Amino acid sequence: MSMTPSELKYASSHEWARLEEDGTVTIGISDHAQEALGDVVFVEVPGVGDRLAAGDEAGVVESVKAASDIYAPISGEVIAVNEALEDEPETVNADPYNDGWFFRLQPDDTSELEKLLSAEDYANHCADE
Amino acid sequence: MTLQHTPLDALHRELGARMVPFAGYDMPVQYPDGIIREHQHTRRAAGLFDVSHMGQLVLRGAGSAELLETLVPADVVGLGEHCQTYALFTNDDAGVRDDLIITRWGPDTFFLVVNAACKAQDIAHVQAHLRGQTLEVLEQQALLALQGPGAREVLCRLCPELASLTFMHGQPAVLDGVEVYITCSGYTGEDGFEISLPAADAEAIARRLLAEPGVAPVGLGARDSLRLEAGLCLYGHELSPTIDPVQAGLLWSVGKARRPGGARAGGFPGAQRVFELIENKPLLRRVGLQVEGKRPVREGQVVLDEQGQQVGEVCSAGFGATLGGPVAMAYVQRSLGEPGTRLAVDVRGKALPVTVVTMPFVPQRYFRG
Repeated sequence: MSMTPSELKYASSHEWARLEEDGTVTIGISDHAQEALGDVVFVEVPGVGDRLAAGDEAGVVESVKAASDIYAPISGEVIAVNEALEDEPETVNADPYNDGWFFRLQPDDTSELEKLLSAEDYANHCADE
Repeated sequence: MTLQHTPLDALHRELGARMVPFAGYDMPVQYPDGIIREHQHTRRAAGLFDVSHMGQLVLRGAGSAELLETLVPADVVGLGEHCQTYALFTNDDAGVRDDLIITRWGPDTFFLVVNAACKAQDIAHVQAHLRGQTLEVLEQQALLALQGPGAREVLCRLCPELASLTFMHGQPAVLDGVEVYITCSGYTGEDGFEISLPAADAEAIARRLLAEPGVAPVGLGARDSLRLEAGLCLYGHELSPTIDPVQAGLLWSVGKARRPGGARAGGFPGAQRVFELIENKPLLRRVGLQVEGKRPVREGQVVLDEQGQQVGEVCSAGFGATLGGPVAMAYVQRSLGEPGTRLAVDVRGKALPVTVVTMPFVPQRYFRG
């Protein structure tokens, strides 16, 4: 059974978003997503400074089996990326909600987070898939 | 279509396998360790694979060897007792219908192991050519593979007389009171064995092997990445009805006696075409590609030359867990197939640099005595 922390918001495309204390938003992929993908061997993150609209392609995560696009769950400017994933993409499997984060946005409007799924709704969404 | 289940189905589920449909069977693609760890474990110790989905056939009767030689270009007539050969069912255009392993059980008895996906058509193909011989399909027989540098020691604990069994040979044996047929073969590039045994005993023997130190269950995912690193062809990827043995780099599977000037030259489907290809070389050849960086290439992606022109296509790709990076096989224009040639693969619009390399990617470690 995969973990779905209740303090995070989720996109139906399996990204999570966390509003940090400084008002930025950290984004990664869910435990359910990493488990479904299997061993992650490559991650492509957006460039720092990229402007992303909600739903824009923001990178790629590739496992031994498949490639999967990552989408920006909300709009904003990329202010940091997890460069450690370049050498250790397997961190996405080991720790998807912390060390396995993908990128951080300066959001245009944090209220966009409210349009995302709650942990409970996301867990139901995964169960239906 | 309802999926079929192997005799180890309940054990796979108990072990936490992720099951996927494969060639009409519900098969374990991986266990909780994951494909990379299962792959590395097999290279380091011993992996146990359920390959019961593959077809096991026995051909019996006078003239069986000659019959097989009308279907495959291998030297079957000259095959010694309990010796094995890799073979191809060719078609009239010199394409490949399936690849298989033939083991001679006796003067007029042959054991055939064929791919699950091709099983039905292979059976029909052989049956259509019977001239008094019989073809038995071993429906109630399971097939396990124990592969890796630790496999021999493990199996010898159960059956010491297997210690001297060398690559591409087989022998009947008794494991824990169960009569089995064991061959020293497999598809990982490692020393290892395939064990044909009654379905009813398969779970008990599998549990017995898994209880030995160093043995872990390994799924189809790692089986694929292991064979890719070993540079071995997989039907449906490197082999198809439109790919000939010469371009696949499998001329070695055409027995010397079956080649032009040989004692029993030709006589198999597409022989004339194969002989032309030996003479004139096919347009394409199978090569290994070393990929720069960590981004994987995928099957079906286009291979480009330095000018960006399409010169081939990736036929297999995966993560080479022993090498720690992506590896691939491709069919490319013959002139670009020399090791060291710099090419690129179009990965979703980006030209990823690759280099043609000799295969296998990882040295094969077969036990030849």
